[in-house]
Amino acid sequence: MSVRRLSAVQPESFAFKPETLEKVNWWIKKYPESRRQSAVIPALWLVQKQEGWVSEPAITAVAKLLNMPQIRVYEVATFYTMFMLEPVGSAALIQVCGTTPCQLRGSEALMKVCKDKIGPKDTLSADGKFYWQEVECLGACTNAPMAMINDYYYEDLTPENLTQIIDDFAAGKEPKPGPYNGRHTSEPLGGATSLLEASLYDGSAAKPVKIPNAPEAEVKA
Amino acid sequence: MPIAKVNGVEVEFDPGMTVLQVAELAGEEIPRFCYHERLSIAGNCRMCLVEVKPGPPKPQASCALPAAEGQEIFTNTPMVKKAREGVMEFLLINHPLDCPICDQGGECDLQDQAMAYGRDGSRYSENKRAVEEKYLGPTIKTYMTRCIQCTRCVRFSTEVAGVTEMGMISRGEGAEITSYLEQAVSSELSGNLNDLCPVGALTHKPWSFNYRPWELTKTETIDVHDALGAHIRVDNRGAAVLRALPRLKEEINEEWITDKSRYAVDGLARQRLDRPYVRKNGQLTPVSWDEALDTVAAKLTAAPADKVGVIAGDLQDAESLKAAKDLFTSLGIINIDSRQYGEAFGAAGSQRETYLFNTGIAGIEQADAILLIGTNLRHEAALINARIRKTWLKGAVDIAVIGEAYDLTYEYEHLGTDAKTLKSFKKSDFGKRFAQAKNPVVLVGSGPLSREDGAALLNLISAEVLATANVVRDDWNGFNIVHQAAARVGALDLGFVPGEGGLNTRAIVNGGLEVVVLIGADEIDTTKLKDSFVVYVGTHGDAGASVADVILPGAAYTEKTGIYVNLEGRVQIAERVVFPKGEAKEDWSIFRALSARLGKTLPYDSLSDLRQALITDHPTFGRVDVKPSTKVFDIKALGAKGDVAEGVLASNIGDFYLTNPIARASTAMAECSGVRAAPLIQAAE
Repeated sequence: MSVRRLSAVQPESFAFKPETLEKVNWWIKKYPESRRQSAVIPALWLVQKQEGWVSEPAITAVAKLLNMPQIRVYEVATFYTMFMLEPVGSAALIQVCGTTPCQLRGSEALMKVCKDKIGPKDTLSADGKFYWQEVECLGACTNAPMAMINDYYYEDLTPENLTQIIDDFAAGKEPKPGPYNGRHTSEPLGGATSLLEASLYDGSAAKPVKIPNAPEAEVKA
Repeated sequence: MPIAKVNGVEVEFDPGMTVLQVAELAGEEIPRFCYHERLSIAGNCRMCLVEVKPGPPKPQASCALPAAEGQEIFTNTPMVKKAREGVMEFLLINHPLDCPICDQGGECDLQDQAMAYGRDGSRYSENKRAVEEKYLGPTIKTYMTRCIQCTRCVRFSTEVAGVTEMGMISRGEGAEITSYLEQAVSSELSGNLNDLCPVGALTHKPWSFNYRPWELTKTETIDVHDALGAHIRVDNRGAAVLRALPRLKEEINEEWITDKSRYAVDGLARQRLDRPYVRKNGQLTPVSWDEALDTVAAKLTAAPADKVGVIAGDLQDAESLKAAKDLFTSLGIINIDSRQYGEAFGAAGSQRETYLFNTGIAGIEQADAILLIGTNLRHEAALINARIRKTWLKGAVDIAVIGEAYDLTYEYEHLGTDAKTLKSFKKSDFGKRFAQAKNPVVLVGSGPLSREDGAALLNLISAEVLATANVVRDDWNGFNIVHQAAARVGALDLGFVPGEGGLNTRAIVNGGLEVVVLIGADEIDTTKLKDSFVVYVGTHGDAGASVADVILPGAAYTEKTGIYVNLEGRVQIAERVVFPKGEAKEDWSIFRALSARLGKTLPYDSLSDLRQALITDHPTFGRVDVKPSTKVFDIKALGAKGDVAEGVLASNIGDFYLTNPIARASTAMAECSGVRAAPLIQAAE
């Protein structure tokens, strides 16, 4: 991981949209008034939701809103790699997992697709629609290889799938998230092999339990 | 008190102390980089690892571990030695080891501790990381590759200086210390960041590559750039004064000094008056001492005593003022004044407490309510401001301001800007709380008191504020004048004020006198002195020298031993670091020489005789380095009844970095002024 800095090109200004501000205020209310700055991570996250990335004017706006020094917001924004410090694609931000399980299952091929279709990593594509980066484990190793695109996981990908997904995003469509090899979530590929009988897990096999001194009504329920 | 064992020796300690402090009590040295007594504990350098029983079988960071009853602390076991060597090896992995070209070399914590606690070599053969340089302002030179991320600078700027501008961005190997968008650190205490830096990452920009620490001669002395009399150490190499560093003085400056006290020393080598001059045909011409003194003596003999005025400046030592006062009084001259800005306190015969900072600098920490009237403490007395911030951070102090509102690095209630606010003070919410306060403190700036209506204002403050609260009583004196000049209190102590019916500064600069003697007085309006015969005794070619008809070159504060009285009334002795420039003489001896020519020879031939006379006439000078006890005084005696004009009660410091001739001659101060004053002006517009 390299040093994270603010983008060289910054917008003139930043303003919270009313709906963003409402959500930020909801977070601020969770903390005592003297601890407003506790809401800094949600606030930055909501800023990123609104703009796609965290700009310098946005950092200043968050600092002002939370009554904290700009440098403290800047520290948080540069500490967490999930905060994007430069503009990302208007259609999609693609984060390909490159950690060992995904790598063993072919994430390098996915990254090649990204490189061919979008351009070098950590760079905005020429048309401004895409931005892709390699990230560390996203915790979906069962469905390796995978990528997070915008807010959703796209799993069990092949280069062909990913090509199609990128094309769909480019065309303004919203491809369906989840596994792309036909299975449901992280079930085994050919269907479930255990827990086939519903009574094993639906509670019907359990004997009714009498809880001592419990109120009558609860026992019945 | 609980007892712990350090290397087998029992030590009693106060509850709440850390293991590191207990070990120090026992006389054991614990290496450290991030820990600092006056900053919060970070615990991130890991250099202070020790072995502690009972506890986990691994080394513990002693700076962040509370000591406990019955604890056994070991600082000399193989485990500790190995831990320190390991930490040091890691710290040095990314350190450039460029000591031969580093300004910190020779006084570097990392260098010293690597020698004492490190291994002989490194096992790291990969590439080291490099970090981009940062711009942090005109006082701080960065070499960020050397940084070991102790975060002392971040904690100092946030906690002590009160400007949250520094921080650590990114993380892990990418972590970097910087200010927000690399803006200059806006504190007037920024030089202390360089002192705190345990490595060569932050060094003194004005002094970069000027010296190696081991080739300097060190002299412990007193600072004169503000009225605090901070304890400093001045280092010279030959005749050149190269730097000023703070010394530890708990009651005054703790271990900080302002940027002006520190970096203005380069002004001691510029614009200096190093030989006597006499104006001939409109041109200042170098002459011999004899000719210059004869010219002055002739003029003084010719002029009637009531047509001679004397003004003393901000940087004068008490001895020179005593010699000058004795000389001019013996000539029957009563138009003498040391209050360059025309301050309305310290009139002849007034009690000392009426013009002192009675609470004391350390006494501020006992205050529970503070009222600031017409003062920008950050500029007038930055270290008192830091004390107030320290007290405020501890909580339980109520602060309000009457006068112009400045950014003082702590929160306060702004009651109003002009004198009318004083009249309604006791009815305000803060006024009511102030009346109830146990240890209330009033700080009056010398800016408003220098106005024409200063005396009336002081009287109003006395009636409306002092009289309504417990400010002055037997066991507490909360009345404080914030002085700006190192010479002021000393001058007032020895009565360097107009005699009965004499003219004060304001009247003297108004013109009409035949001879005006300026003793290092440069902060006055000299435009109306053109028709007078002006004698300037001083060190720098500044405002006073430019209108002078005769210049008698004196010695700056580093060039003479002299007594200075700080604003608390504490008598302190500054030491000579180097000799006066060229033909310049110590100021008192100039007056002694002049007195012989006027036939009024002063009765002392040496500095020690002069000091003897000073102490005999003014016994307060005999008590060196003691803050006078807080005596009660009659608050009704403050100022004089009169009408108070409207207008904002504001500080009279225009530019903090350019308040005296030494600072104005300094290129470092000019740069600070340029960088820091500009945004302030924009903000005001």
